[in-house]
Amino acid sequence: MATSMKAQNAMAPRYQAYREPPSELVSNSKRIAGKVAIYTLLILWTFIALFPIYWTITTSFKVAVDVTQGHMIPWYDYTPDWRGWRSIGLSPDTIFSTSTVREEFMKRFLNSAIMSIGASLLAVILGSLAAYGLVRFDYKFAIWRNRDISFFFLSQLILPPVVLAMPFLVLYKELALLDTRIGLIVVYTLMVLPIVIWIMRDQFRGIPVELEQAALVDGCSTWGAFMRIVLPISLPGMVAAFILSVVLCWNEYFFAALLTSTNANTLPVMVASQTGSQGINWWSMAALSTAAIAPLAIVGIFLERYIVKGLTAGAVK
Amino acid sequence: MQTSQVAAPQDLIATHDIPPARRAAGKWLITLATLALAAIVLFQILYAAGQTETGFANWRPVLYAYLAWGVALGVGQVMIRGEGGKRALFVLPAILFTVAVVIFPTIAGLYIAFTDWNLASFEGRSFNGLANFWALMNDGYFWNALRNMGFYVLAVLLQYAIAFGLALLLNAEIRARKFFRVAFLMPFMLSPVAVGWMVGKSLMEYRFGPAATLARHLGWESPAFFASPWIARFSIMAMDAWVWIPFVMILLLAGLQALPKEIMEAAKVDGANGWRSFWQIVFPLMLPVSITAIIIRVIFQLKLADIVITVTSGGPGGSTDTVSSFIFREYRDRSNVGYGTMVAEFYFILIALFIALLLWGSSRWMKRVTG
Repeated sequence: MATSMKAQNAMAPRYQAYREPPSELVSNSKRIAGKVAIYTLLILWTFIALFPIYWTITTSFKVAVDVTQGHMIPWYDYTPDWRGWRSIGLSPDTIFSTSTVREEFMKRFLNSAIMSIGASLLAVILGSLAAYGLVRFDYKFAIWRNRDISFFFLSQLILPPVVLAMPFLVLYKELALLDTRIGLIVVYTLMVLPIVIWIMRDQFRGIPVELEQAALVDGCSTWGAFMRIVLPISLPGMVAAFILSVVLCWNEYFFAALLTSTNANTLPVMVASQTGSQGINWWSMAALSTAAIAPLAIVGIFLERYIVKGLTAGAVK
Repeated sequence: MQTSQVAAPQDLIATHDIPPARRAAGKWLITLATLALAAIVLFQILYAAGQTETGFANWRPVLYAYLAWGVALGVGQVMIRGEGGKRALFVLPAILFTVAVVIFPTIAGLYIAFTDWNLASFEGRSFNGLANFWALMNDGYFWNALRNMGFYVLAVLLQYAIAFGLALLLNAEIRARKFFRVAFLMPFMLSPVAVGWMVGKSLMEYRFGPAATLARHLGWESPAFFASPWIARFSIMAMDAWVWIPFVMILLLAGLQALPKEIMEAAKVDGANGWRSFWQIVFPLMLPVSITAIIIRVIFQLKLADIVITVTSGGPGGSTDTVSSFIFREYRDRSNVGYGTMVAEFYFILIALFIALLLWGSSRWMKRVTG
């Protein structure tokens, strides 16, 4: 469409004699006005979406005076300072010296990374297998058929965390899983499993059955066909499900706050515990927030395609 | 729904081909594993109840026994049913996992809900019947939180409207669409807890926050975003919208891109102007996607907690409280486990009914609209 419009504009002078200039002018100016409106709105919303992030990053380089006077633009109305980053031990001059805050931060960061990746991997494995089975075969466990099993899995999505939180606390106490990484990985796996199954079911439905039939005729077993034929084709869907799961697990706060205390704390818990105190320095809080959101911001920029794919799977027919 | 099936050649011979000895061995394996699991559970129950002297220090061995039982069940299935068993192996791990992680806690939760368990009291737990339930019925804070949830769910419609507008913008012929899409998606990537600080505690801060400064310039003399009930509620809604609008927008954008191009072209040729072609063509075609997006969004909205917990803790006067944040405080600050669990179970039943009703209503409505 964009190219056709360009072509029209290029041709316009040549055929001008055959057209009525006034109406052309009107429609052109109308079109330009429309474009201006669209871009204005787009830029406005870009501002709304990105300003808080910009604000947080710049605030992490401010000192008290810049905060109270509402300075906004580095090098223009204030000089960036490493103070916020120094306070969490991540500034250039403190990065090689020992810092208890940095150690704490790195521990939480590592916890968050291990748990979100571990839970997402487990969920993708369990969920992909289940989704494949549900799409391809007809099951009958007692009175349960495919439709019921699917519903059983997807209905977990409705379950609010509060319902499971306390029972998990009690259960984990008995199982000695409280405040352990593996305990939280199990909870997170449960949390993202319905989403993974939802995405993968859509993915497997898009694969023609004939491919597997051909493999079966060639002597593959059911599992052989799945591993050799289906898995490689559905890899993009799995990556999408995995990345979306990592995002959800990384940001999870509720379970982490209730089920961990000292060993298995995650980043959101650390951030929340810092915001609780009123007199906290803005610059260190901003530095901490920036460091906490940075990994996902990078994921968002470079892997946006997969996130969109994961979000839209199954919702759009 | 699931009718596609791989007609495997070995299908037909699958069940006839297995020697009876193997089938019997499989049955024995499953029976023995079940007995072993039951024995370990019983052993530990007796120990925990103080009936026997020996036992494990915690219930971890029971967990291992359950895992071993799961493996034995899978192997037994293959031994008994051959190909059918191999197929069951696809879905069995996920089922065993979900059952273990949902069913046991739910049973435990139902038990806790009927006790007066408070972690702060020394007496430990004891059964107190429906006392929690009656306390819940008379708890103004809970009903207040539930009423707030109603407002928050209604706010989803507003988010939907904005998201639809943004999706239309992104679907227009624009340059740098990829940049705008990444920028618009960005808030969704951020943890609500971090957003709580970034937006709620610094951007909207009364003294130095840029949002407050802007509001002062616009003529609002004391821009306290979290002081009066309705303004605080709107502030929470705004933050929540900021995080979740990208999600709805992405779904709607995918829907718009899947619309048949010919229809849109035909609308343009017909000379229908933008507004009319939107309401008469685009909007009706987008109804299925819209309803999916809204329902998913409502399901997530009913879990809203993180932002409220970190920014207002439900204040002022409970006006921003959600049911989840209310229960969170019940656990965290008052250690009132029994009562909190009762509230959670009650809330769960309410939202299960609500969502069932929503699904039923929307599918009926869709049938009527699309004919």
